[in-house]
Amino acid sequence: MPDNSNSSTRHHTLGQRLFLFLGSMDLAVTLFVALAIASIIGTVLQQNQPYTDYLIKFGPFWFDVFESAGLYDVYSALWFLAILTLLVISTSVCVIRNTPSMLKDMRNLRTHVQSKSLRAMHHQKQWSVDTDEQKSADNLEAALSNLGFRVKQTPKEGEVLVSAMRGGMNRLGYIFTHLAIVVICVGGLIDGNLPLKFAEWQGKIKIETRDLPTSEIPEISRLPVGNHAFRGSVSIPEGRSSSVVFLAMRDGYLLQNLPFTVEVKEFRVAYYTTGQPKLFETDLVIHDDELQAPFEATIAVNHPLFYKGYAIYQASFSDGGSFLTLEAWPLDKEAGKEPVIFETKVFENRKMLWGEQSLRLEVTSFRLFNINPDPTDEDPDRLRNFGPSFSYKLRKNTGEALEYQNYMLPVERNGREYYLSGVRASPAEDFGYLYLPVDIDGGLTHFSHFLQRLQNENIVNEIAHAMMLGTLAEINNQDKELEQSLQETLTLLVATFVKGGFTSINTFIETTLPEAERKRLGPAYLGMLREMLSRIYVGGSLYQYEVGDPEKNTEIQQEELLFFQDAVDAIASLARYGSPVYLYMSDYEHVEASGLQITYAPGKAIVYIGCAFLIMGIFLLFYLPQRRFWAIVKANGSGTEVLLAGMSNRNPREFDLFFKQTAEHLEAVTGNSKAK
Amino acid sequence: MYSSVGVINDERSAALVQWSWRGLMVLAAVVLLALYSFDVYEVIIIILTAISLALMGQNWPAFRHHIVTVTVFSLFAIWTYGQDLSLGESNFFLNYVLASQSAFMWMSVLFFMATVTYFAGLLMRSTFTEKVASALTWSAATMGMVGLMVRWRESHLMGPDIGYIPVSNLYEVFILFAVMTAIIYLFYERRYQIRSLGGFVLLVISAAVVFQLWYSISKGAHQIQPLVPALQSYWMKIHVPANFVGYGTFAMAAMIGVAYLLKSWQQNTNPQGLLATVLPDFAVMDDLMYKTIALGFAFFTLATILGALWAAEAWGGYWSWDPKETWALIVWLNYAAWLHMRMTKGWNGNPMAWWAIIGLFVTLFAFLGVNMFLSGLHSYGGL
Ligand code: HEM
Repeated sequence: MPDNSNSSTRHHTLGQRLFLFLGSMDLAVTLFVALAIASIIGTVLQQNQPYTDYLIKFGPFWFDVFESAGLYDVYSALWFLAILTLLVISTSVCVIRNTPSMLKDMRNLRTHVQSKSLRAMHHQKQWSVDTDEQKSADNLEAALSNLGFRVKQTPKEGEVLVSAMRGGMNRLGYIFTHLAIVVICVGGLIDGNLPLKFAEWQGKIKIETRDLPTSEIPEISRLPVGNHAFRGSVSIPEGRSSSVVFLAMRDGYLLQNLPFTVEVKEFRVAYYTTGQPKLFETDLVIHDDELQAPFEATIAVNHPLFYKGYAIYQASFSDGGSFLTLEAWPLDKEAGKEPVIFETKVFENRKMLWGEQSLRLEVTSFRLFNINPDPTDEDPDRLRNFGPSFSYKLRKNTGEALEYQNYMLPVERNGREYYLSGVRASPAEDFGYLYLPVDIDGGLTHFSHFLQRLQNENIVNEIAHAMMLGTLAEINNQDKELEQSLQETLTLLVATFVKGGFTSINTFIETTLPEAERKRLGPAYLGMLREMLSRIYVGGSLYQYEVGDPEKNTEIQQEELLFFQDAVDAIASLARYGSPVYLYMSDYEHVEASGLQITYAPGKAIVYIGCAFLIMGIFLLFYLPQRRFWAIVKANGSGTEVLLAGMSNRNPREFDLFFKQTAEHLEAVTGNSKAK
Repeated sequence: MYSSVGVINDERSAALVQWSWRGLMVLAAVVLLALYSFDVYEVIIIILTAISLALMGQNWPAFRHHIVTVTVFSLFAIWTYGQDLSLGESNFFLNYVLASQSAFMWMSVLFFMATVTYFAGLLMRSTFTEKVASALTWSAATMGMVGLMVRWRESHLMGPDIGYIPVSNLYEVFILFAVMTAIIYLFYERRYQIRSLGGFVLLVISAAVVFQLWYSISKGAHQIQPLVPALQSYWMKIHVPANFVGYGTFAMAAMIGVAYLLKSWQQNTNPQGLLATVLPDFAVMDDLMYKTIALGFAFFTLATILGALWAAEAWGGYWSWDPKETWALIVWLNYAAWLHMRMTKGWNGNPMAWWAIIGLFVTLFAFLGVNMFLSGLHSYGGL
């Protein structure tokens, strides 16, 4: 159907011109393209992220610019909705304009055609038969009817016009398709958050941006049970319930009341034998005053619960406040003491007094399974079982915090076992790991004992003294001052090492030794430190050797040597670890929370109806061509002349063939044909 | 008796063949439904599949052969496997021909050969060579389809809870794409006698096959992995194939566009040149571009709507503006605009050919680019 919107535009009134403009194809195609381009923005820029992320990413200037353009939630930005609305209007106008003629075209058999216009058609054929005029026309009518055409005879002066049409529904296809677009968009707008935006603009509601307990959220940020669409989410720990959901709005949220209460009984994850998750499901109980008794239902991904028009989906899961039993192993001066055992919960934030230090312990998460690649291994495909893990932050009075992640099971590397604890200063960094060597008794006692000896001034002094004497005896030294200075150096080396690891030792060497001697004496200092550490260690070794089994003892010795190496390495990195304790999780009780998405979409039915019409419409449009035939039957002497012509609005090439075959068929049935 | 297509040579025997074909499809569906227990959606899917196969095959002998061959090969492979997946490496037939990986290799080789042969036929103006190319294409599509069927069974042999329809990850849908595009092309080839376009269409298919090989070799993508919960849905079985009818036809339209532009370019420079004389008439190509895009548009609409229905179940909303969804909308708007320009403004010729080619890039981004560059809920295809 040609677009004739710009014919004689000048004579129209302004209203008419606007109407024509809105229904014009140019506008429609422009809107298609505009909508497509606008949609791209939202796929390139991740939508609805925390606003701080955007701020970090774009900097304050562009953050503001993008925010005022609504780019963080493009699809509900006013300008985006405006394009959509314009498209709806344009399509509506188009439907309004074209429907009457389409409907007419659908039924109209076009009985006014003249033989001249038939002859001008691309598809036409002429033949004569010796049957009389009326009989021929009747035959044609019958044959065309058999082929599924609607047929009508119109007697004219000295001739009969037979008009036929098939596939008139094609025009209905146009109406369905375009009406469907309007219906779908209207349904979609009903389910969008335009009403909420409007209420916000009127000042009736206010987005809450603070992190508040549900009970403290002010009334103005709460939405009553109503008829408006929403899509909210809520995380409910096992054994708890909720009758509200949170609607994420820009940089905050609104609280939506539900007309019922959802209780989570149990959340489950099932795994394939390969370890990938196979199923997430939650047992729910719905409490509703309108029900005689609460009812239970199980939802899973892809299997939501529909209740009262609300849909409850399994969206995610998280920790619901698992109970943890922790052992705090001192790493500072307190080292060697029995670990302090205490209980805490995930999401608990408690004060921890440690010596003179006051810290806050914020437990952030717990994970039951960690079958991960070893983060420090070269081969990322080698999976290991790290056991359950928990993460926490230790916050100093100044507000600074380090984040830790500890695994419950020791991890094996090169035949040795370690407790792994990751630490980082911000979520943007990767974890750095502390490897605490597991001792022969399967615990941390030996390590702790060694650490204690290193911090004990008496022991260190004693050993330094012995070592000093031994060393000086070798060179027969009698100089008291040298004795004093060597002993001091030895103790200082140990203290420096305990405090800051090898980095501090290097600084120490650089600051105390003159440049010229550094090359020569540096390694000597390291040697002395090593000797000190080893003596301190050996003096307190807890390893048990058997008498009279030299083979076994060599083995134990080997192992002890490796343990000592590992312990020294671990102590060397304690400074970077930044915590006065190592927290070991000795027990836990896992409590999960099921993340539910609860939606209410009153427009859904409308959208679905629109979709059904769209599908029907498109298939009618494309695959039900409208085909018309006309035949003018005219008496000519003893016989009759037949002039047949046809046209179709789709698939011209198939119509070529169809016309040819149909014409032959019609020729055969009109009567005894006289060759021409 | 007239069909709307109207290509009927021998009416009586044709009617006999048609009825036997329909009967066969009904029988197959009935046997399947009687032997196994399915849920209601699967029953509907099986019935719809039988109906569409019956319709597609009734005037299309080559398609009937294709379906029968695929069925026989697949059943033979499944029967040979029995319950033992390891036979895939020890049994001669499975290891060299019918195990899904081998079948896909055959498919790849045959598609490459078909591409070369089509172009050879074009250069030599040899109808016979082009017919050989068609046969190669059919064989390739058959091996691809057999491979998919056998892979389906293999996934079930890996573990009773693992089995899934092999249209669930990027690797599998690439094969689906190659097979679908080939069959769609063969349909139009027979209808319009346009063998000279074969090489062009096969070029896209070969590109897809190259990608698929690279993906499998460098990333081990061919390994069967169990489905994540979000993909365990009967919607998968219809949403994805419907989408790929769309992708396949859009790809074909674009390649016709390429042929169109080449011919148009040569017509201006050297009217007696090979391309100008061998390629189909402009009107034919123009019409084909319209037809393929229309077919694609219809199926793409269907697929998008099915996707929305599925999303309503899996993610809690029929439309979430997830990048994949949004790009589907962009593709759809693009072709809607194309169709409007053609139908109502009467645009045709070179601009529409260019636009069809651009359309392929938009489609390609929706198909691949989204998985590669953007994140979202459609998680199956990370590269
Ligand atoms: C998103 C919105 C729209 C969609 C999805 C859509 C879809 C379609 C489709 C699929 C066709 C059939 C094309 C063909 O037969 O190849 C069509 C035809 C048509 N459309 Fe639209 N359309 C939309 C908006 C509009 C608007 C806004 C107008 C008015 C300016 C319009 C006017 C027409 C006309 C006049 C036809 C030709 C009908 C015929 O003669 O068969 N459409 N449309």
